[in-house]
Amino acid sequence: MWNYNEKVMDHFLNPRNVGEVENPDGVGDVGNITCGDALKLTFKLDESGRIADVKFKTFGCASAIASSSALTELVKGMTLEEAAQVTNQDIVALLGELPEAKMHCSVMGMEALQAAIANYRGEEVADNGDDHEGAIICRCFGVTDTKIRNVARQNNLHQATEITNFCKAGGACGSCLDEIQRVLDEMWKAAPAAEPEKKDDDFNKLTTVQKVFRVQEVIDKEIRPLLEHDGGSIELVDLAGNNVIVRLTGRCSSCPSAGVTLKYTVQDKLREFVSSDLTVESI
Amino acid sequence: MAVDKVIYVDNNATTAIVPEVLDAMMPFLTNRYGNPGSIHTFGGSVAAEVEKARLKVAELLNADHRNPDGEATEIIFTSCGTESDNAAIWSALLTNPERKKVIASKVEHPAILNLGRELERRGYIFETIPVDNHGRIDLEALEEALDENTAIVSVMYANNEIGNIYPVEKIAEMAHRYGALFHTDAVQAVGKVPIDLANSQIDMLSCSGHKLHAPKGIGVLYVRRGIRFRPFIAGGHQEKARRGGTENVASIAGLGKAAELAGANMAQEVEYLAMLRDRLEAGLLAKIPRIKINGDMDSRLPNTSSVSFEFIEGEAILLLLNQFGICASSGSACTTGSLEPSHVLRAMGIPYTSAHGTIRFSFSRCNTVEEVDYILEKLPPVIATLRKLSPYWKEEYNA
Repeated sequence: MWNYNEKVMDHFLNPRNVGEVENPDGVGDVGNITCGDALKLTFKLDESGRIADVKFKTFGCASAIASSSALTELVKGMTLEEAAQVTNQDIVALLGELPEAKMHCSVMGMEALQAAIANYRGEEVADNGDDHEGAIICRCFGVTDTKIRNVARQNNLHQATEITNFCKAGGACGSCLDEIQRVLDEMWKAAPAAEPEKKDDDFNKLTTVQKVFRVQEVIDKEIRPLLEHDGGSIELVDLAGNNVIVRLTGRCSSCPSAGVTLKYTVQDKLREFVSSDLTVESI
Repeated sequence: MAVDKVIYVDNNATTAIVPEVLDAMMPFLTNRYGNPGSIHTFGGSVAAEVEKARLKVAELLNADHRNPDGEATEIIFTSCGTESDNAAIWSALLTNPERKKVIASKVEHPAILNLGRELERRGYIFETIPVDNHGRIDLEALEEALDENTAIVSVMYANNEIGNIYPVEKIAEMAHRYGALFHTDAVQAVGKVPIDLANSQIDMLSCSGHKLHAPKGIGVLYVRRGIRFRPFIAGGHQEKARRGGTENVASIAGLGKAAELAGANMAQEVEYLAMLRDRLEAGLLAKIPRIKINGDMDSRLPNTSSVSFEFIEGEAILLLLNQFGICASSGSACTTGSLEPSHVLRAMGIPYTSAHGTIRFSFSRCNTVEEVDYILEKLPPVIATLRKLSPYWKEEYNA
């Protein structure tokens, strides 16, 4: 049994904007009945080019229905330019959370929106690396390498099993999981994560206490959850200049790869979110 | 949950412990806590209770062999159906080292299918036999698969998802022609189908307590007298050294009571369960268009109904039913986190349009006609609601 939160259950039990808009300006049709979920999104624009009316019909589980409903709430009133920027993470954010294995429901929402916008603009297919591009990697669900890369990039995914959660690839017979991992490994090797926003300037102007708070926040929100996923944890011990001193605990404390974790997880995250001047050491 | 009421129609998942069973267990959870293996009377007297329970289970299965002490030694207590399945298959392989093949049906429980994958990794051959779109096993394919390399054939007595009862006697006979053993996972059948092991070709049979109103965590493996056996769990001398580990005395006593009740009530119960199931199915067929009942209508359990609702998805149905306190289960993908419909529905070739929307209702003697009528009142609007949401549903299907 899934533990859906109240917001998801609310959108599932009382879905908003169900149906089809009459004479729609854009129609997005994604998924199919074989795969177990499908979404048809229709919208109509007002004179100013904003989405005046948007409706959905969904075949799928509770989280697919909730994601579709949330999507319609999210994009109502947006211009198409704004709507085109909506990602699956925005849908998840509106719902609070989705179980990991159900993330593909939010991705389906984003894809339907992109397809509907493409349809309005007279483009044949949405430019979202849909199933028409690239080589098919997952034969069970017809997912291509292009789509796998897109989903991985947008959601910062590095493991094949995460890809399964987000777009189903590899979730049936599982024979393509190695292939998915290879696609991911090649992609991340060739294209490191997008250049993070530079916050160095303001970081260096902060007082020491403010710096500590900033570092602590990133450790709490970004780093510790990653380590806890593998049974470990982390504590901030001190900040000496730009040198962050931490203590790895739990399973991390005895892990032979702790050095790798420190450099590639802790230090990279701190540099990404706080300042590229930071160095990290553990005690 | 929105309501306090619980309509439990998921009895193939597990059943309620009935009061008589709990009463039979209580002494061993309280003052009679002795170890049946002990020399003193306090513990040793408990061993007699274990043997009484063993006899009751043997009676339910009509496993009629008794040793000179009057014990039903063909019955081994285990921890669950899965352990029994594993023990049976491994024993067959270990006692027939020259034979490397195991044959099963494609609709077996994961206890067998995943064991099969494990066997393959260890160099054994695991072959699965297809079923038709009613879930009936392909006996010709079985005949082709059988050879002198086959150590054991394992085909379930009754299927947990669709309720089909399989021709186990015939399959056992086929296996024996090639010198192979025959095992059946009878977890869903025991208590719902008369089983007569004294007049049967079955070599080994698995059963599980919690499917017949005994607690979870107790299982049985029947091993016919004369069949060579190797223990799956090495350990002490318990179960005549065929299964190590201190006896789960309270649960064994509970299972003994449950077996006694099942045997005494079976005739009426089978009739009663079939009445509930037929009432549900007739009602659903009358009230809801575009549905299909899955399985072999000529040979299935009296308590199980697998219904496919076209164009909608099972998890959504279950969660809406849950709002009314109705507990059922589904063969659909989303509830389990897997992304495909169940292996049983896929093996049957149920079209995806309906496989995703398949719900299993499974009754026990604890269910009532009122409960069936309640489901018949609550379910049609749930289906209509979800179909209204579905891009595949067309209003003309209502006609």
